[in-house]
Amino acid sequence: MTKKIGIVIVSHVPEVAAGIPRLLEQVAADVSITFAGGTDDNDIGTSAAKISTAFTENKADEIAAFYDLGSSKMNLELAVEMTDKKVHIYDAALIEGAYTAATLLQADVALKDVEEQLAPLKIK
Amino acid sequence: MLTVELTKKWMELFYDEIDKNKAYLSELDTPIGDGDHGNNMKRGVTGVKEGLAKLKEPDLKATLQAIAMALISKVGGASGPLYGTAFLEMAKKCNETQKPEELFTVALEGIKKRGGAKEGDKTMVDVWAPIVKTFSDGSFSKEEIKKAVESTKDMEARKGRASYLGERSIGHLDPGAMSSGYLFETFIDAGGTK
Repeated sequence: MTKKIGIVIVSHVPEVAAGIPRLLEQVAADVSITFAGGTDDNDIGTSAAKISTAFTENKADEIAAFYDLGSSKMNLELAVEMTDKKVHIYDAALIEGAYTAATLLQADVALKDVEEQLAPLKIK
Repeated sequence: MLTVELTKKWMELFYDEIDKNKAYLSELDTPIGDGDHGNNMKRGVTGVKEGLAKLKEPDLKATLQAIAMALISKVGGASGPLYGTAFLEMAKKCNETQKPEELFTVALEGIKKRGGAKEGDKTMVDVWAPIVKTFSDGSFSKEEIKKAVESTKDMEARKGRASYLGERSIGHLDPGAMSSGYLFETFIDAGGTK
């Protein structure tokens, strides 16, 4: 059964965004994981529209979002303002943070405990 | 007063200015960023041009919204959400007031909120903040714009990619401050102060 909280990965690079879910799926088969990478033209950058789509396509109504560099957070925030879903943005190291969250969400750990484990991974 | 005609004229001139200075903006962005500010902004203003051309008899709000959406979706770098937020905030406010001073004030608040930058961080805020202030004492002019852009040269970057360079960022103009300078200069050229 799909878990209540999903994960969205945002990166400047399309291949990075697409690659991280492959890693996470190994530990979180039931967590809905979607991603947004690159600009609308698949150049290096981020796109609020692509992030919105990743929110919509995610099977969960509550989302833990992870991102790589500065401007991806701004576009994430813009996309959050455009969605009805509940989105939590984490300033954690992208891969380590998302991997930690995926592992714990798969094990039905409560979000506040997930956040506690994400805290030391905060790097931005 | 900001009107649809003024806004359109302003965006045409802004397009020309970005087009003309595309290489220079990227050059400014090379030592302290990722060297793409000129291309990013060019993509953005091209999107603005196309977005505005599609509108049929828009009001001011629809005009500003179209500009915001084009910048948000086309620019790609940090400038997209920042400039986009500025125009989005102006769109939200423009039914209440069309005074440039008040619209630029909410735009600046939006930029600060989105990017988290303060004055002195060597960003576009270092142009927007002093320029918004010049409206209240009537000194809004190209000289003041130039001064604000130049002021970023001696600052140490604390936001964006340039901040990774720390004090090595000193001595370079901030590209976002420069493009913001073009935005305000073309506002004057479009007749914004009349």
